[in-house]
Amino acid sequence: MSIKNIDSFTHTRGESVYLDDIPVVNGTLYACAYGSPFAHGKILALNLDEALSMEGVVRIFTCKDIPGKNQIGGIIPDEPLLAESAVHYIGMPLALVVAVSAELAAAAVKKITLEIDKRHVITDPREAQQHGNLIVPPRTFRLGDSNSAFDNCEHVFEGTADTNGQEHLYIETQGAYALPVENGSIRVISSTQGPTAVQKHTAEVLGIPMHRVEVDTTRLGGGFGGKEDQATSWAALCALACWILKKPVKYSLHRMEDMRMTGKRHPYSSDFRIGLDKDLSIIAYEVNFYQNAGAAADLSPAVLERTLFHSTNSYHILNVTATAYSCRTNLPPNTAFRGFGGPQGMFVIEAAIAKAAESLGVPASAIQHKNLIKSGDEFPYGQLAESEAHACWKKAKSLYDTDKICDEIRQFNSSNRFLKKGLSFMPICFGISFTKILMNQARALVHVYLDGSVNISTGAVEMGQGVNTKMLQVAAQVFSISPQQIKVNSTNTYRIANTSPSAASATADLNGKAVLDACEKIRERLILSAAEILGCLPEAVSLKDGQVLINGSPSSLTWNGLVNASYLKRVNLSEHGHYATPGIHFNSEKEKGHPFAYHVYGTAITVVTVDCIRGTYEFDAVKLVHDFGTSMNPLIDKGQIEGGLVQGIGWMTMEEIIYDNEGKLRSNALSTYKVPDIYSVPKELDIHFLETAKDNLAIFRSKAVGEPPLMYGIGAYFALRNAIKAFNPNSDMAFSAPMTPEKVLMGLYAPKTGNR
Amino acid sequence: MIRFILNDKEIVTGLHPGITLLDFIRYNQHLVGTKIGCREGDCGACTILTGEIKDGNLVYSSATSCLMPLANAHGKHIVTIEGINLDGLNAVQQAFADEGATQCGFCTPGFIVSLTGFCLGEQQPVYADAINAMNGNICRCTGYKSIERAAAVISKKMQERNGHDAIRFAIENNVIPAYFTGIKERLDKIIDSGIDKAAPGNQARFLSGGTDLYVQMHDSIAEEPLVFMFDNPALKGIAQEGNSCILGASVTVSDIAGSGIFKNHFPGLENYIKLVSSTQIRNMATLAGNFANASPIGDMTIFFLALDASLQLNSGNDKRTIKLCDFYKGYKQLDRKAGEFIEKIVFDLPKPDDHFNFEKVCKRTHLDIASVNTAICLRMNGGIIEKAGLSAGGVGPVPLFLSGCSHFLAGKKPSWELVLELVELAQHEISPISDTRGSDAYKRLLLSQLIKAHFIRLFPSLQPEGLVNT
Repeated sequence: MSIKNIDSFTHTRGESVYLDDIPVVNGTLYACAYGSPFAHGKILALNLDEALSMEGVVRIFTCKDIPGKNQIGGIIPDEPLLAESAVHYIGMPLALVVAVSAELAAAAVKKITLEIDKRHVITDPREAQQHGNLIVPPRTFRLGDSNSAFDNCEHVFEGTADTNGQEHLYIETQGAYALPVENGSIRVISSTQGPTAVQKHTAEVLGIPMHRVEVDTTRLGGGFGGKEDQATSWAALCALACWILKKPVKYSLHRMEDMRMTGKRHPYSSDFRIGLDKDLSIIAYEVNFYQNAGAAADLSPAVLERTLFHSTNSYHILNVTATAYSCRTNLPPNTAFRGFGGPQGMFVIEAAIAKAAESLGVPASAIQHKNLIKSGDEFPYGQLAESEAHACWKKAKSLYDTDKICDEIRQFNSSNRFLKKGLSFMPICFGISFTKILMNQARALVHVYLDGSVNISTGAVEMGQGVNTKMLQVAAQVFSISPQQIKVNSTNTYRIANTSPSAASATADLNGKAVLDACEKIRERLILSAAEILGCLPEAVSLKDGQVLINGSPSSLTWNGLVNASYLKRVNLSEHGHYATPGIHFNSEKEKGHPFAYHVYGTAITVVTVDCIRGTYEFDAVKLVHDFGTSMNPLIDKGQIEGGLVQGIGWMTMEEIIYDNEGKLRSNALSTYKVPDIYSVPKELDIHFLETAKDNLAIFRSKAVGEPPLMYGIGAYFALRNAIKAFNPNSDMAFSAPMTPEKVLMGLYAPKTGNR
Repeated sequence: MIRFILNDKEIVTGLHPGITLLDFIRYNQHLVGTKIGCREGDCGACTILTGEIKDGNLVYSSATSCLMPLANAHGKHIVTIEGINLDGLNAVQQAFADEGATQCGFCTPGFIVSLTGFCLGEQQPVYADAINAMNGNICRCTGYKSIERAAAVISKKMQERNGHDAIRFAIENNVIPAYFTGIKERLDKIIDSGIDKAAPGNQARFLSGGTDLYVQMHDSIAEEPLVFMFDNPALKGIAQEGNSCILGASVTVSDIAGSGIFKNHFPGLENYIKLVSSTQIRNMATLAGNFANASPIGDMTIFFLALDASLQLNSGNDKRTIKLCDFYKGYKQLDRKAGEFIEKIVFDLPKPDDHFNFEKVCKRTHLDIASVNTAICLRMNGGIIEKAGLSAGGVGPVPLFLSGCSHFLAGKKPSWELVLELVELAQHEISPISDTRGSDAYKRLLLSQLIKAHFIRLFPSLQPEGLVNT
């Protein structure tokens, strides 16, 4: 059974409610944060007087007003809610103005000034590493002995590969609305992927127990990781003001505030060394990752870990040494973004392969294909692969007749002077599970009401990925009733406690299995009840399309009748389900274990045309084969592939984050930071569902689909590179993403530099 | 008082005419289906339709309400997502739902409104125009392919219209509610009532389409005395007198795109216009606004610089004419006296043998500000360039008319050697700086390339040499 996104009715009518659409309560005040205009320094004076004297300004909060702990660091307590003695990045919140209108609050913020004793500003992760400014000690994943293996390699290549950050650009900006509740409690409506993180940090900031903080999230207008950890500040700030003023306080950020004050995908700079034998088998691979973490830990250590997990992408390499440094710089703390460090790791191995291929004069696909991981092969972190890498590659090659495409491109390139085409293969392999084992748990609360209608609450946050639709499908399938009889509630910490954030592609798996657990328990009780009512054995009873069946034939009972009769018999019609992913473990001292429930595989073929006069480009086609397991909702899953791919292409092409040397964000608005528009997406996008019947740990065997497709976008970079080389074979471009039209034009025409 | 129809409801308001229509819709009228994504016209989440009577017909076009002053709604029908909702889903909404074209849903009302606007358009509905209607809408979730599929369904449905009245057809086909039939009559009455006009004073700021000013100063503009130019009938219209073309200052980019005069004289017009912002912004952005904003990279400024256009300025008492290229004195510095406004734009239309071309490259090809843009106009006489105009944006503090290059070309016969000399010459007339739109080295290379592109496009028989490593 596949259904359309259950929100599509209200979405298309503009009736879905987002944070800024909630009708405001009388007396609501509006907040606006004052962020540091300097990237680094000791605070000498924070001048609030002029702002305070403005009519309509109610109060300005600073760190001194915090009754509990001034701390919101999730992994490491290194991030104050409001700066105390020093500022570490431009946009770091120092004060919160609360006024009677949003306009007044924003106007008052402009009157605040800050005096600091300036300190040296670091924006480059390598410089931070040289100064020893690390968030956590470096980590190394090892397999075999890469050092000595290089001696046996026929070919050894080394180089540098850089990827820039990426702005999430959820179209709904960050925001929160806090309301006072009697009896020393507070209700926080937050546009967050992590309601529990908001609850926990708000409780700590206010100095009250978590049970007094209700966090409610109906849906997000996009998250992509940007609201996993970084929604917390705005919620905790509103809560602080609300708590002290005993008034509702709302803050919906202006886009430029959001872009300036929140972290993004981590930029990485990396050094690689790759060794191959004469048959193009990769024998050894060494890589050093320098992650630009920004000024505080946020989720950087976890992102760093996933970079290491995916440092060899879909390839089996016997000797690997991968080391990663999380470097503290004076930028906003970088954070989760779809792929969570994985894409950065994969880009480097693909760059290494491209470097080898270009040097050896072979297509990169020859090296890629030769080294694809097989079932039973070991990843550098010890887990053995259950691989679909070869199946996806083989299917893509035959289904899309890539030999023919390559021939056509060769012909096109030889007969066109100003237009050149390039092609790339991009295999992906992405591990599903939170790499922090304890987070792989979820709960769901299912109520069956006495009229037969069903109500589901989970820890999953709906942000467009369709998770609520999938939750509903689980209940509809177990109870075999119409989707119209089921409603999914907002995500609320009073209904579901201790939730993991909606992240890591695992939300549907974890919460779906919890819904499954709850529904199955209720169904079990209902079946027993039906057997009693109908006077038959429980084994003979089944539920089908709203009917109770005996031995497959309709009985006198409908679903509604059964529910009502069971209620009269005092049967428990509610259940709190729980799920913890079995079989996963990881030893971070040995850096070995079995951290993932399963992996998702796929192969994408990207064809691009470059205008060699202007340096502009268009994507002719992306054709891919993706490992879905058994998709439980092909419409939603296809949407995830399309959206993830295009977001990945954006990261690799036009999306360019620019900070100046003073740590100031120059690409600070939609006019200077460009994401794909409707014209810039591939003209043709073919998605083949590789359906496998193998058992796996996904909900209904429908593999997680949120993050993996983003990494197909990496193929865009290499297709462009190949097209540029077709025009100017001597072009010596650095491996540096994104491939903006500027880099393309410079690549087409720049003389050989010999730098890299 | 400002009077207009908001969906099915007549509005009379004495609020400051400079507040944005978006704020009025969301926070005064509490119609929250219109979303805020960026407040600078770059995401389209706040898209609304404006219906106005033009030449006796009710014509709808899309606009980003974040950049639209409330005053510019006067006398019009403003349609938000709530104003097109039926009891069930309308045809456009149904197509989006069926194709999975909505994920997080935040951008969706904007897309629905834009595509509904396409359905109300007078032209023969074709798929490409359905896509064009949504070119100012950004979606971060779907990757647009499902939106393309929904657009295909809708454009196919609209093709059954076969020249019938667009509004009636849309009502009959479940696209818009029936109340749209009475709008024209209701608007006629409002328009008759007229708007209070602020007298232009020396202190007042002239505000036209709002597409630049609201980006720069949306939070302070509503506190200033404003003179609203956009709907001033004296500033409208495109006319041809002999070989001259005369444009009112408030002519929009969309007006130019739809003008028969321009289509006749600029065969590549459609391609040029497509490079200029988005459908919504083109519906709002005026020529005078683009010129007076003095961005070194204004697309229409570059376009008209190459045509050697002149401006008629009016100070209320005096009128004077100035060449567009003389209008710019320095970065954002104009040869404009206090109280003076642009009234008309005049230029000579290209003759059949003349050549014109416009080039623009930016990070994202569409709805982006150029890294470099350039236009060229060549008056030809027997294969010889008689007179040339070459302009370039993004390579200096003001939009540049490259006078040295333009003089150099006069009297020459087009050849690739000539192009290479020209490219070299252009380098001495420019002074680009590094910024978010590219490094100075890139902008220098890019202008060279785009000048070559002019000639490759205009003279396909030229044999370009030395393209690599020049």
